[in-house]
Amino acid sequence: MTEKAGNALELSDLSVAYRVAGRNRAVLRNLNLTIGQGEAYGLVGESGCGKSTVALSVVRYLPRNGSITGGAISLDGQDVMKLDGEALRRARAESVSMVYQDPGKALNPSLRIGRQLTEIFELGGIAGQAATDRAIAMLNRVRISDPASVMQRYPHQLSGGMQQRVAIAMALANDPTMLILDEPTTGLDATVEAEVLDLIALLRQELSASILFISHNLAVVSKMCDRVGVLYAGMLVEEGSTQDVFNDPRHPYTVALLRCLPRGGQRKDQGRLDTIPGFLPGIGADIKGCAFADRCALATDRCRSELPPLYDLGGRLSRCHYHEQAQALPRATPSDVAAVAKAKSEPVLHVEGLNKTYASHGHALRAVKDVSVSLRPGETLGLVGESGSGKTTFARLLLGLVPPDEGGSIRLEGKVLAPRLDNRTDDQIKAMQIVFQNPDSALNRSHSIRHLISRALKRLAGLRGAALQARLDELIRSVRLTDRHLAVKPRQLSGGLKQRVAIARAFAGEPRIVVCDEPTSALDVSVQAAILNLLADLQSKEDVSYIFISHDLGVVRYLSDQIAVLYLGRIMELGPSEAVFSGPHHPYTEALLSAVPKLDQTETSRIRLDGEIPSATHPPPGCVFQTRCPRKIGAICETQEPPLAEAEPGHSIRCHIPYAELARLQKPAMQAEPA
Amino acid sequence: MSATDSPAGMPAPDNAGRRGPMAEVFFSLLRSGTFLTGLGIVLFWIACALFGEHFVPYDPLADDIINALAPPSAEHWFGTDQIGRDVFSRVIVGSRDILTVAPLATLLATVAGTALGLFTGYFRGIVDDIISRILEAFMAIPVVIVALLAIVALGTSKTTVIVVIGLSFAPIIARTVRSAVLAERELDYVAAAQLRHESAFHTMFVEILPNVIPPILVETTVRLGYAIFAVATLSFMGFGIQPPSPDWGLSISSNYGMIGGGFWWTVLFDALAIATLVIGVNLAADGVHGAFND
Ligand SMILES: Nc1ncnc2c1ncn2[C@@H]1O[C@H](COP(=O)(O)OP(=O)(O)O)[C@@H](O)[C@H]1O
Ligand code: SF4
Ligand code: SF4
Ligand SMILES: [Mg+2]
Repeated sequence: MTEKAGNALELSDLSVAYRVAGRNRAVLRNLNLTIGQGEAYGLVGESGCGKSTVALSVVRYLPRNGSITGGAISLDGQDVMKLDGEALRRARAESVSMVYQDPGKALNPSLRIGRQLTEIFELGGIAGQAATDRAIAMLNRVRISDPASVMQRYPHQLSGGMQQRVAIAMALANDPTMLILDEPTTGLDATVEAEVLDLIALLRQELSASILFISHNLAVVSKMCDRVGVLYAGMLVEEGSTQDVFNDPRHPYTVALLRCLPRGGQRKDQGRLDTIPGFLPGIGADIKGCAFADRCALATDRCRSELPPLYDLGGRLSRCHYHEQAQALPRATPSDVAAVAKAKSEPVLHVEGLNKTYASHGHALRAVKDVSVSLRPGETLGLVGESGSGKTTFARLLLGLVPPDEGGSIRLEGKVLAPRLDNRTDDQIKAMQIVFQNPDSALNRSHSIRHLISRALKRLAGLRGAALQARLDELIRSVRLTDRHLAVKPRQLSGGLKQRVAIARAFAGEPRIVVCDEPTSALDVSVQAAILNLLADLQSKEDVSYIFISHDLGVVRYLSDQIAVLYLGRIMELGPSEAVFSGPHHPYTEALLSAVPKLDQTETSRIRLDGEIPSATHPPPGCVFQTRCPRKIGAICETQEPPLAEAEPGHSIRCHIPYAELARLQKPAMQAEPA
Repeated sequence: MSATDSPAGMPAPDNAGRRGPMAEVFFSLLRSGTFLTGLGIVLFWIACALFGEHFVPYDPLADDIINALAPPSAEHWFGTDQIGRDVFSRVIVGSRDILTVAPLATLLATVAGTALGLFTGYFRGIVDDIISRILEAFMAIPVVIVALLAIVALGTSKTTVIVVIGLSFAPIIARTVRSAVLAERELDYVAAAQLRHESAFHTMFVEILPNVIPPILVETTVRLGYAIFAVATLSFMGFGIQPPSPDWGLSISSNYGMIGGGFWWTVLFDALAIATLVIGVNLAADGVHGAFND
């Protein structure tokens, strides 16, 4: 690390408050943080702990009701608080750049990409062809292969990953010395996320910019950063090198966060995930002792009365009186589950040759092609694949929200389902329900929680009056909500609580199958663990089957019994979860697995997926994966589509490479994979 | 069952210090100078319509031929018209008809437009195509032509005016509602309703309608301004409010021939009255629009 004078960013005793209902409420409390020149610093913590507020304070972009109530910020030795309007504008334009979670925030939807990029250079006095050339150079720099055509497009014509790359290009346009990334990959799927992270890592070497990297995804931070700080209730609770903090945490909060992740191939029948009880203190909360005391199983009276200082543990810091015992933190959730031996019964769902073709600009778009799967009671089928691979379309076909092409069949408990929802019986409809990805879209914002769940009980369970009331009580308790939550509207609940409401609603009619479409992708790890445990508990209690869609492979692995890997609407691999994950696997599965950022940084031979998923209107001839396949064997891949062939009983792979050969090729990587 | 997070550990719903979106809008209206100015003007005219007749100096309908066309004076502040009626009294009381007809027409337009917008936005496809084409064609016909046809069919009356204006504005409101509904239609709560086998009626009116109230309110206040202007125009042309009402448009119509003779006061004050009322409503509409889009 560079000497103090040359620090890229220094926050000293920074305090920030938001004014709400006439009172200033503290969000950041005496925060001290230093980022050296060229250093990448990661800031982690649950949402609401103040991470974004740190980012906004640095460039003094706080919302109108926010104010810096104390302390100092210095950027490259320059006191940010003392900058006047013009100097501040110059600092923002020249030395600091920000990239947000939602690239939509940075891009203007009504202007072409080219216009938005050249505008930045025009502001800097470069115009005409020179500005266009610079813009193209910027797009090249963020590895956009066809910059001239991208310049002509509007933001909505680009995929999420491309938009984020353009946003990064814009942020880099002025060669900033400080780059602030606030959850830049949270909305992207695993492979796109890996690409964007690789890009940021590469640019870091080229640019020598210092980076403040904010994320609630610990694995992503561990991949990107030299040092990390763990933020809790606006205070730093632990700081140190990435290696130290993630492999040898010294604060109970860090320990607890790390335990929420399904790791090392953990599965639902081996135990529940650990969770963090309770919640982050609200903004402006009066904190006397340790801010984490209410949720910490190690807390003593001393913790509740005496604010722990940041103990210096030799090059690393921990704000815990008992930091040497942190890893002895007892589990908050008992891990044991009563493993029920499942009798092999008839499948509850049997899908045969399902197809869906959309018409797109005069071309046929095969969103789902010839998919056949079956699902047993009490089991989970995990669907994985990049966005655009047909996961959501498949789910919607099952539910009858969109009708499939003629030909295929969906059987529920042996009976063929009508393609359209309108033609299905009430019993069939209530047997198959869904938990959507985004509860803000799925829960009607005008209705109270009571109304939302009661209506489902009335329609799906046919209940009225006292019976409805009794079942409502039981249902909300089974998703661990209380009466207090019934009276409010969805927006008054946190993301995790909203998702519980959505789960309660899906379970109202005692369904046989629940489709879960990325139900935890917007949630913090602590909340995600609680929701996954809940889903696993409900499954073992009610014997319900899940179709579980997620781009987080660790999460899919935890919950799934069977896995289907989709690419361009086709099943590339299908089999028992263990077989698919431990391999030998399809080259696409192999690439997906190696794209996942892992907490332990032992980087094995990583396989890259280059470029974007091809357009489904023009799938590549032969094997649809051949344009990106790292194991492609030659002409046969370009001319003949491989069949989905059974490699071992119950495990099928769509690839020309014979199973034994795949096993041989993938052997070194498989050995390096932690158990 | 594992004891994930105990219910007791859950925070109270996170509403400390936060107000509902409607309350938020309400408070932001109270802080909007534009809205309050507009509201003040409109309330003034409403008060005149309700109570004006009790404190105006003269009976607005009483003629006084001897004092016809008297210029403004201490006795007749705004002068008198061709048959000696007091212009000031007439202007004050003259808001009564326009302030019943225009809001009722707007209400009709809102109800019909909302229903049409919900329908076309919800069903999309062929229903939407057909109804939207018809509405577009309808919107292309000037209000005056519609009015003429309606008067031939129904005769002149306040009801005719309400129906004519209400129906000509309905497609405009329908267009606004339709685009809001199209956006709502994509949200997952609509799919969730289908997965409960809800009727289309329930989905439209119970699920979607409450979420599209803000654009409807904005459009309605904007339309009210136009409706006032349209009523005044129709009255001026003789198709609207009928004599002997002291209505402003009607008064301008029966007196504007006098301007050439220098008797400006018979027209000016009615014109100003219309202008202030329209401006008042438009200011209020701007305020409402701002409050919803803050
Ligand atoms: N403009 C605002 N007004 C009031 N409270 C806010 C505002 N912005 C954020 N907050 C609150 O401040 C706390 C910290 O927010 P934030 O910095 O966004 O955290 P993070 O980025 O870690 O999720 C949260 O409780 C959040 O609800
Ligand atoms: S100081 Fe006490 S309450 Fe706080 S984290 Fe350490 S042990 Fe837990
Ligand atoms: S068939 Fe060829 S291109 Fe396709 S996955 Fe197998 S090796 Fe790769
Ligand atoms: Mg944030």
